[in-house]
Amino acid sequence: MMTTQANEPIHQDMASILYLDGVSVSFDGFKALNNLSFVIEPGEMRAIIGPNGAGKTTMMDVITGKTKPDTGEVFFKGGIDLTKHDEAFIANLGIGRKFQKPTVFESQTVFHNLELSLKGEKGVMTTLFAALNDEEVARIMEILGVIRLTDKASDLAGSLSHGQKQWLEIGMLLMQDPDLLLVDEPVAGMTDAETEQTAILLREISATHSVVVVEHDMEFVRALNSKVTVLHEGSVLAEGSLDTVQNNQRVIEVYLGR
Amino acid sequence: MVDVINKSQKGPFVSLMTGLPGGGKTFLGILLVAALLVPLSNTLLPASSPFHVPTYLVSLMGKYVCFALLALSVDLIWGFAGILSLGHGAFFALGGYAMGMYLMRQIGDRGVYGNPILPDFMVFLNWTELPWYWYGFDMFLFAMLMVMLVPGLLAFVFGWFAFRSRVTGVYLSIITQAMTYALLLAFFRNDMGFGGNNGLTDFKDLLGFDLQATGTRLGLFVASLIALAFGYLVCSFITQSKLGRVLVAIRDAESRTRFSGYRVEYYKLFVFVVSAVLAGIAGALYVPQVGIINPSEFSPANSIEVVIWVAVGGRGTLWGAVLGAFIVNWGKSYFTGSFPEAWLYMLGGLFVFSTLFLPKGIVGTSANWIEKLKNTRQGNPDIGIPLPVKEE
Repeated sequence: MMTTQANEPIHQDMASILYLDGVSVSFDGFKALNNLSFVIEPGEMRAIIGPNGAGKTTMMDVITGKTKPDTGEVFFKGGIDLTKHDEAFIANLGIGRKFQKPTVFESQTVFHNLELSLKGEKGVMTTLFAALNDEEVARIMEILGVIRLTDKASDLAGSLSHGQKQWLEIGMLLMQDPDLLLVDEPVAGMTDAETEQTAILLREISATHSVVVVEHDMEFVRALNSKVTVLHEGSVLAEGSLDTVQNNQRVIEVYLGR
Repeated sequence: MVDVINKSQKGPFVSLMTGLPGGGKTFLGILLVAALLVPLSNTLLPASSPFHVPTYLVSLMGKYVCFALLALSVDLIWGFAGILSLGHGAFFALGGYAMGMYLMRQIGDRGVYGNPILPDFMVFLNWTELPWYWYGFDMFLFAMLMVMLVPGLLAFVFGWFAFRSRVTGVYLSIITQAMTYALLLAFFRNDMGFGGNNGLTDFKDLLGFDLQATGTRLGLFVASLIALAFGYLVCSFITQSKLGRVLVAIRDAESRTRFSGYRVEYYKLFVFVVSAVLAGIAGALYVPQVGIINPSEFSPANSIEVVIWVAVGGRGTLWGAVLGAFIVNWGKSYFTGSFPEAWLYMLGGLFVFSTLFLPKGIVGTSANWIEKLKNTRQGNPDIGIPLPVKEE
């Protein structure tokens, strides 16, 4: 499956894990993304903020293969053209995505949610005869610990609290062992305590993975302590540390609606 | 906790050997008892005995068993993968036609026109030779292969286009209806070569056994039970495996499953084809027991009725679908005899009632009660797979 990599031109920016250049997407004349460009370095944690309709979710759709861009380039790990592949292929390449609304397999146990997300061969016949080995069970137990759900392992995912579902979904991403995690509004609807825990959790994760977090909550973005990209009307408005960005005149105008 | 891990560690083979889900062993036991007692009672007991099962009843029950297998095939895709097919009667009918073609060829020169090769309806239409697609149906093994291959192939082609284009939900249900309706119209045509409006009938024997003989009827009844048990084991194997959990994942959160790296369309295609093959087998066993197959089996209403059986019994529970098929069809036989004009209202009422008050069907709802009773003491029984809480 990975042979496609060899056929594609190696992109000049070999160092980046994610490279977007001049990406535009329009729906019925509405430009959801307008010449969007940015680069994520390996191991980097990046927060992406922006008002509603700034194109954050469309950007995620483009990266994960759900939406094909009208124009522009999207490269993963320097050489893999993401615009040529579908969701399942991109997921197996090593990009995990967490939805805005926590999306877990509600009628299955927390353990099985993680089992289903396990990295590995995902063909129909392999899955039909699959049996977990001790190593894989240990891996699931490890992630259960990371997302603080060990004592909930045999509960149905549907019975978890909102915050726990968010964590479970993050855990499911970790099971895929992706090189890049895309996390859409992980603390929406969380209590303050849960938000704080989530920031710690994401910082732990970013030690070993590249992470892109889309978020509205400024307190949370501050807690992430990462570089910030501000989107507005489908393109990058400003980039830098949270303080720099917050003092940027154009950002202030957009956020205050002037 | 340990149970949950074990289920995933053992894999589907061991899971199936060591424990069938929710009442599976009891269910297979009942099938075995029926396969033993019904023939014994029919042959050994005098007709006057209250425990004597008359031959007509054997065939009636044999018919129900075929319907039960059809219901099981619908439950596999609807209850577990969330694919609501309103055209599964088409696969049942195609299996039935394949069997019917074999039975027609078995008639030989005993037909009204006495033609050793051509079935009566072809002679009547002044056809001089057998159409190419009737070749080979004089061989039992070939016909049985077609019983599985034809529905399987149609399901594969249909599913390939539908699932690859990501047609889901109500749109998929509608095109399955269109599929069975198109086949209904096609099979009505005389020049299709399947007997047109009248279909295939006047069968004489199967593998040399007279279809009217009591022994043959008992044999078909037992064969139907074996097919149902086989279908149940296949469905249990699939739903107990990791693939079964992927299907439930697709049912509950399709795009999450995609972003977890699963090619959803292949999974749906796999289970849709398996289901169509089971439906075809059910149809093939049904035809010799009722003695006729005609285009009305393709009617969309038939396929919708199957969905009602599954809904009443309990979707996602496997043997609940079987129970639903028996209950509704028994009701149909009884009430169409006693109150013929009321039956359709009762069927509609039953569907509304089970949707409103028994959303998980008889089996799912009673399993919930049992679970509640047990939970007051403690313990957590593994009965079926719960239905989705609420999809977006």
